Amino acid sequence: MFDQLSNSLQSAFRNFSGKGKLSETNISEGLREVRRALLEADVSISVAKGFIERVEASAIGEKVLEGVDPSQQIIKIVHDELVNLMGPIDTRFKESEGGGPTVVMMVGLQGCGKTTTAGKLAKWLVEKKKRKPLLVAADLQRPAAIEQLKVLGEQIGVPVYSEKPGTQKKGLTGLFKRASHATLVCQNGIKHAEATGRDVVILDTAGRLQIDDDLMAELADIKDRLKPENVFLICDAMTGQDAVNSAKGFNDQLDVSGIILTKLDGDTRGGAALSIKAVTGKAIKFIGTGEKLDRIEEFRPEGMADRILGMGDVVRLVEIAQENISQEDAERSADRLMSGRWNFDDFLKQLQMVKKMGPLKQIMGMIPGMSGLMGNVEFSGDELKPVEAIINSMNRKERRNPDLLSGRSGGSRKRRIAKGSGTDVRDVNALIKQFKAMKRMVSQFGSMGDLSALMTPGGIQKALPQLPGGKALMRQSRRGGPKPARPKKNKTKKDKKRRKRR
Amino acid sequence: MSGLLATLTLAAGLGDYAVPILIGLGVVVVVISLLVMRGKRQPKEPVFSDPFERLEHALGKTRGGILDGLRRAIGSQELSEQVIDSLDEILIQADIGPTTTQTLLDGLKESFRKGTLSNHADVLAFLRAQLIERLGGEVPKLAKADSGPTVILVCGVNGAGKTTSIAKLTRHLAEEGHRVLLCASDTFRAAAVEQLRTWAERLSVEIVLGQQNQDPAAVAHDAHEKAVAKNFDYLIIDTAGRLHTDKNLMGELEKIARVGKKHIAESPHEVLLVLDATTGQNGVRQAAAFSESIPVTGLFLAKIDGTARGGIVVVIREELGIPVKFVGLGEQPTDIAPFDATRFIDGLLGRLPTTAS
Repeated sequence: MFDQLSNSLQSAFRNFSGKGKLSETNISEGLREVRRALLEADVSISVAKGFIERVEASAIGEKVLEGVDPSQQIIKIVHDELVNLMGPIDTRFKESEGGGPTVVMMVGLQGCGKTTTAGKLAKWLVEKKKRKPLLVAADLQRPAAIEQLKVLGEQIGVPVYSEKPGTQKKGLTGLFKRASHATLVCQNGIKHAEATGRDVVILDTAGRLQIDDDLMAELADIKDRLKPENVFLICDAMTGQDAVNSAKGFNDQLDVSGIILTKLDGDTRGGAALSIKAVTGKAIKFIGTGEKLDRIEEFRPEGMADRILGMGDVVRLVEIAQENISQEDAERSADRLMSGRWNFDDFLKQLQMVKKMGPLKQIMGMIPGMSGLMGNVEFSGDELKPVEAIINSMNRKERRNPDLLSGRSGGSRKRRIAKGSGTDVRDVNALIKQFKAMKRMVSQFGSMGDLSALMTPGGIQKALPQLPGGKALMRQSRRGGPKPARPKKNKTKKDKKRRKRR
Repeated sequence: MSGLLATLTLAAGLGDYAVPILIGLGVVVVVISLLVMRGKRQPKEPVFSDPFERLEHALGKTRGGILDGLRRAIGSQELSEQVIDSLDEILIQADIGPTTTQTLLDGLKESFRKGTLSNHADVLAFLRAQLIERLGGEVPKLAKADSGPTVILVCGVNGAGKTTSIAKLTRHLAEEGHRVLLCASDTFRAAAVEQLRTWAERLSVEIVLGQQNQDPAAVAHDAHEKAVAKNFDYLIIDTAGRLHTDKNLMGELEKIARVGKKHIAESPHEVLLVLDATTGQNGVRQAAAFSESIPVTGLFLAKIDGTARGGIVVVIREELGIPVKFVGLGEQPTDIAPFDATRFIDGLLGRLPTTAS
C-alpha cells in the first residue's frame, strides 16, 4: 500500500550504505532524499520539514555504532520518528456515560468515503465488539445518499434510521434557534435507537467543504445539541497537500475525536497519514483498505511505519490469519505438512486459506522485505487462479501422490494437466518444483533457524535462495522489475556452447 | 513431530499459525515466479512506475507559480538564487510535486543567472505566463460526432465526483440545446443508479437504468442502442468508481468502452476522467492507469471550490498530455465551466488558503 514511499525511502537509505560513518554531510545528503520521498508521498511540506529536522537532530546526536551499517542506523531513527509522529495507538471508542446509546458522528469532505466507512464501522462493531449499532442517514444533500445507506444497512444486517427528505418539521429547539433538518433527523435517530434498544448510533452526515461556513455551522449545531461521544473525521488517503487544510479546518471547528483514513488499497503513497496526525494531533483510529465492507482495520502506527519502510507487518498478518483460518484447520494442515504426507490436496486447501486472508498484494505487503522484492510485479487479483486451475486439472491419484508427476508417465500427465488448466507445461513444472521445495523447506526448519528470523527485515532475503524461483526473484528485484530481454541468458550461453561443439 | 512443531512455533512466537504463514509465503513465491515467467513471455510496455522520472524527462522548462505566495515569499528581499529556492514551499503546497518544482526552480535560476530576470515582478510574470501556457496550449473542445450521437464515457476513482459532474455536464449540454441521454452503468455502488436517476428527473433528460449488480457493459449496450434509435445528440455513460490499481475493474471499464462500437463505430468519442482537486501526486498514477485501459481524452477537475489548488493537473498535462476540459465548482448543476487556462490560473493564484499553517 505504501509501496512507493517504501521504495523511495529504501533508495534514499542506500545512500547511507558504504559511507563508513554517520557524518553531518552524509546525514543531510541522505535526508534530502528522505525529504523528497516524503514530499512525493504527499506529506505536507511543513510536516516533512519538521520530520527531517527531528531525524537530523537525533541522528547527529547519535554515536556511530561500531560495526553497524549507517543505513541501518538511520532506518531505525527514521522508523522511530515515523512511529512517533503517527502514534500512539488509540482505537478506543468513547462510550456514553448516561446509559443512552454511544453516538458516533462521521464528518468529512464530499467523496471521502463517509457512507461506506459508516457501513464498515457498523459491521466491525457487530462482529468484533458484539454491539448493536443503528445507522442514521443524515446526508440530506446528495441525491440517493439515504438510499445508499439503506442498501448498505441491508447488506450488513444493521437497521438504518431515515426520514423522507422534506418531511422534517422545523422544530423550535434552543433559544429560538431553529434546528436544521439534519439535526432533527439525528435527534430522532437517537430517540429511535433508545426505543429499539440499539447501543451505538452512527450518524452519516453530508460531505462538505471545511470552508463552507453554513454547512460547518450545521455540523457544529448537531455536535452541540447531541453531544456525540465520538466525532470521526474521514480522510481520503489520496489527498495531496490540501489534507492539512481540510483536516485542520474540520478539527478547529468540531474538535474531532479521531481520524479514519480511506482508500488505502490503491497505490497512493499515503503521506496524508503522516500530515493529518501531525496537524490535528488526533489519533488515526481506523484505515479502510478496500471496497468490501469488511475491509476496515484498526490503525497501528508501528505497522504503518513498518510498511512505509518496507519492513512488513507481521503482527497484522497473524491477526488476519487468526480471523480467517480456524485453529483446527491451521493445526490439521500443520500436522499434515510436518508428517511428510503433504500432497496437492493439502496445498489446494492452503491456497484457499491464503485467499480468505485477502488480496495477495495486501498480504505480500505485510511480509517483511517483500514489498521491496516485489518491485514492479503487478497484481491483478487473479494470481492464484492458474495455480488452482493446475491442481484442479490433476486427477485424484496425482493430487494424492505427487510423485506420479515425476514418474515414467509424468510427461504426458503434465501435458494433460497443462491442457486442462489452460496453462503451459512450464507453469505445471514450476508449480511442481515449488511444491517439492516447500516440502523440503519445512523439513529444513531446523537448519534454517526459527521462523521469527524469517519474519524480520532481511530474513526473507536470507530464506529466498533456498527456494527455487526465489533466487530468480531476488535477481529480478535487484534489477528493479521484470525485464523481458535478459532472463534467458543462461539458455543462450548453453546454446552457444552447443553451436560451438557443432 | 509435534514436539518439533511446538518448539518451532514457540520460537517464532506466532502460535499455531506459523506453518500456514510459512506455506502462504511459499505459495506467494510460486505465484511470483509464475508472474515473472508470464512477464517474460509477454513483453509489456512498462507502466509509469515512477511518474517523476518521466516528469524530469518531459518537463524541460516548465514553470508555474502561485502569485500571492510568491509575492509574500520574495516580497522584500533582494532577488537571489536563495530566494528562488525558498519558493519551493509554495509550489509544493499547490500539489505541483517536488520533482516538477525542482525543475521549475532550476529553470528560474538559470534565467536569473543569464540576467533575463532582474526583479520580482519579472519572476512572477514569467511564472504566470508559463503556467497559463503550459495548461492552456490547445485544449481541444468536447468531441462531437459528425453524425449520430456523441458518446461520452465518464470514469474515475471512488468519490471523485463522477455522478455530480455528469449532472453538471448534462445541464451544460442541454443548455446548448442538445438532446442528452444518460446511462447509469454504476451498478455496483449502493444506490448509485438511484442518484443519477434523481439528477435525470431534475434535469428532465432521459436515462437508461441498470439494475443493481447487472453487468454494466450490458447497460451501456442498451443505452447505445437507444441513443441511435432515438437519435440523441449526446450519450453520457456513468461508470462505477474504481481504484486504478484494480485490474479486474479496469478490465470491466475496457469492456464498457468496447460494447458500444457495435452500434456507434467511434464510441466512445470522449473519455472524461473525473479528478478530485484535492488529489495529490497519486493523480498522475490515476490518469496514467485509466489512460492505459481506455484512452482518456480529457479531465473533469471536480471540487475546485475548496482550498485545494489542483496543481496536479499541471503535472498530468505535462506528463500525459491530457488536457483539462471542464472544472466543477460546487454541488449545483450550474456549477460548471469549460476549462479556461487564464481564468483557472488567475482563480488559483488569487485563492491562497489562509488556514494552512
